[in-house]
Amino acid sequence: MPGMRIGRKVIEQAQFVCERVAETARLMVGVPDYEAYVTHRKALHPSLPVMTYEEFFRERQDARYSVSNGRMRGCC
Amino acid sequence: MSLREKLTWGGVTLLGALAFAIIALARGEPINAAWLVIAATCTYVIAYRFYAYFITGKVFGVDSRRVTPAYRRNDGLDYVPTNRWVLFGHHFAAIAGAGPLVGPVLAAQMGYLPGTLWILAGVVFAGAVQDMTVLFLSTRRDGRSLPDMIRSEMGPVVGAIAAIGILLISIILLAVLGLVVVNALKGSPWGTFTVFCTMPIALFMGIYCRYIRPGRIGEMSLIGAVLLLISLVYGRTVAEIPEVAVWFDLSGSTLAILVILYGFVASVLPVWMLLAPRDYLSTFLKVGTILLLAIGIIIVRPELQMAQVTKFIDGTGPVWSGSVFPFLFITIACGAVSGWHSLISSGTTPKMIENENQIAFIGYAGMLMESAVAIMAMVAACIIHPGVYFAMNSGAAAIGTDPVHAAEVITSWGFTVTPDDLTQMASYIGEKSILSRTGGAPTLAVGMATILSAFLGGKVLAAIWYHFAILFEALFILTTVDAGTRVCRFLIQDVVGNVVPAFRRTESWINNIIGSGVAAAAWGYFLYAGVVDPLGGIWTLWPLFGAANQMLAAIAMTLCTVILFKMKREKLAWVTIVPTLWLTVCTVTAGWEKVFHPDWHIGFVANANRFADALASGKMLAPAKSAEEMNRIIFNNYLDASFAALFAAIVVIIFVAGVYECYKAYICSTVTAHEISDIGALAAGE
Repeated sequence: MPGMRIGRKVIEQAQFVCERVAETARLMVGVPDYEAYVTHRKALHPSLPVMTYEEFFRERQDARYSVSNGRMRGCC
Repeated sequence: MSLREKLTWGGVTLLGALAFAIIALARGEPINAAWLVIAATCTYVIAYRFYAYFITGKVFGVDSRRVTPAYRRNDGLDYVPTNRWVLFGHHFAAIAGAGPLVGPVLAAQMGYLPGTLWILAGVVFAGAVQDMTVLFLSTRRDGRSLPDMIRSEMGPVVGAIAAIGILLISIILLAVLGLVVVNALKGSPWGTFTVFCTMPIALFMGIYCRYIRPGRIGEMSLIGAVLLLISLVYGRTVAEIPEVAVWFDLSGSTLAILVILYGFVASVLPVWMLLAPRDYLSTFLKVGTILLLAIGIIIVRPELQMAQVTKFIDGTGPVWSGSVFPFLFITIACGAVSGWHSLISSGTTPKMIENENQIAFIGYAGMLMESAVAIMAMVAACIIHPGVYFAMNSGAAAIGTDPVHAAEVITSWGFTVTPDDLTQMASYIGEKSILSRTGGAPTLAVGMATILSAFLGGKVLAAIWYHFAILFEALFILTTVDAGTRVCRFLIQDVVGNVVPAFRRTESWINNIIGSGVAAAAWGYFLYAGVVDPLGGIWTLWPLFGAANQMLAAIAMTLCTVILFKMKREKLAWVTIVPTLWLTVCTVTAGWEKVFHPDWHIGFVANANRFADALASGKMLAPAKSAEEMNRIIFNNYLDASFAALFAAIVVIIFVAGVYECYKAYICSTVTAHEISDIGALAAGE
């Protein structure tokens, strides 16, 4: 039925937008997409270990505030 | 372009022109803030559609087939190809800050028109161009930072000078932002209690996100936000019980010491404990509040109470002094051009951009959004009673500390206001007094409370909204203070490390404590001096901060121009040459006047001499009560003068070096820019 198909499409789109908003919010505080990281590691470095989400989160948190690599933040 | 597009853009242009005509030609009667918003929006869309794409297409020659660092160096961590909307949000959250909220509020003393015109013209031709150009250059260089690019394109000496400039701006920035918080919280138990509560809340969130539910940012932020709202509501109760309120009713100098201590502690502690959770909370609160304010302005459409141009256009205003050129531009600073953004555009954003053809969207439009925030701040400052505006933004030396006297003085300036107006406004927002709350944040908070309470909650919630706005500003300013202290510490370790290599080891606890201590002491000194300054601190420090910020922008724009010459694109390099010249002239003039201007309201040396002369003839000038205090004021003025002179000198040196590099590139027949391309990366790898 076309009505249902449209309904499903709207839901899918809404879901897509919500996911992007959540991704934006996480990236705003310096945590990129974990799925993308896992996909990347599995595709390009299959022999190397992949960090769990918790490890990934800690690594990103430390990286965000380590100033040594020219990471300037703060604002005006 | 199709006929339909032509008609659409013609319509946008006409609407914008109409809005500008209404803003500029209105005489006497108050105009609606909506016209300001419409004029700004039309300017932004036209500038984005035509100017930004002209620059990326014709001047940069962006290549959508060229692989960006996000793909070339994809590691799933720093370098990640990211959806452009997601990246836009990230970039905006990184550049949005206190500057564009404070600058326009201070600029409103000249009326809304001069400031608004510069916010719009400045962002279109300078600010957004800078952000976008730096983003482009960094994207072509694997996301290298601004100091790095200066070193590789202009040599190590120029790089070192720029690094000193960055250290100086960090110090002044932190002092000024600290001062904004202190002035917003002094004598305000409600505000102080709420802001203090953010510390234990952040500690709890930190432990939650590290050990209880690792990495669950959403949950943690939600819990934090709820706790924050509870502390906001109970702040009123605290302020109403005298025995408790006394603990949070602090003087400016006590608050200053607490802010300095906070900066030191947060810089020493592990980041997950205090810094990161506060950062998360403040980032979400910041973006959310900005959106809320935008919605509020659109729904409420308040009328502007401030005149189009006030009599203080002559440079004698009580908020800051100096003529339109260069001081209006220096005061607005970040809302139009922010040098600081050159550090962010060359930070994490270029490592995540998917395609070069998105550079205009992220870099240019991101800065247009920042400018929209500045316009909102201008609106918020101009919808409140002008008498109240001047009561809040004039130092105690100008209006005294008593509402009756203050009302008299302000009325004599031509802004009729009664003592009742002032006390009523204070009780409306749940404070004891609104006099001399300089720094812009409280004024903005009053404006925001007026707008937000008009569509959410009415008068009952006005006081809550006021303190919510104060909390929002204090929270993200303090986040800048702690992150900034860490940056300063690193810069100091780097500079000193040239002489004492062991000092460079950032993981050492001793280095950490010494570095953080020196960093906090450096900006803390300026903050403390600002707090005890009779002219209100902001009066002295904000122009210094603005000059530092514009200095950094001048450095970044010089680099952009040099690289365009090295790319052999000098024929169209006027897009960066014009703003470079403007920023250089503006910063140098401001630096010069701040040092040598004979009027003591403007020149630091003249002010130092005023105190020295008084001291020599045995007199005391308020607020100094002893020869020792007189001497300290003289010293501080000389110190401020040295900083102003240093900023101007750095700009001149970099400018001369830039002209020389441009000339070298011009006479050279080949491209000399050090870009990283796929071929280059391969060649280096082999």
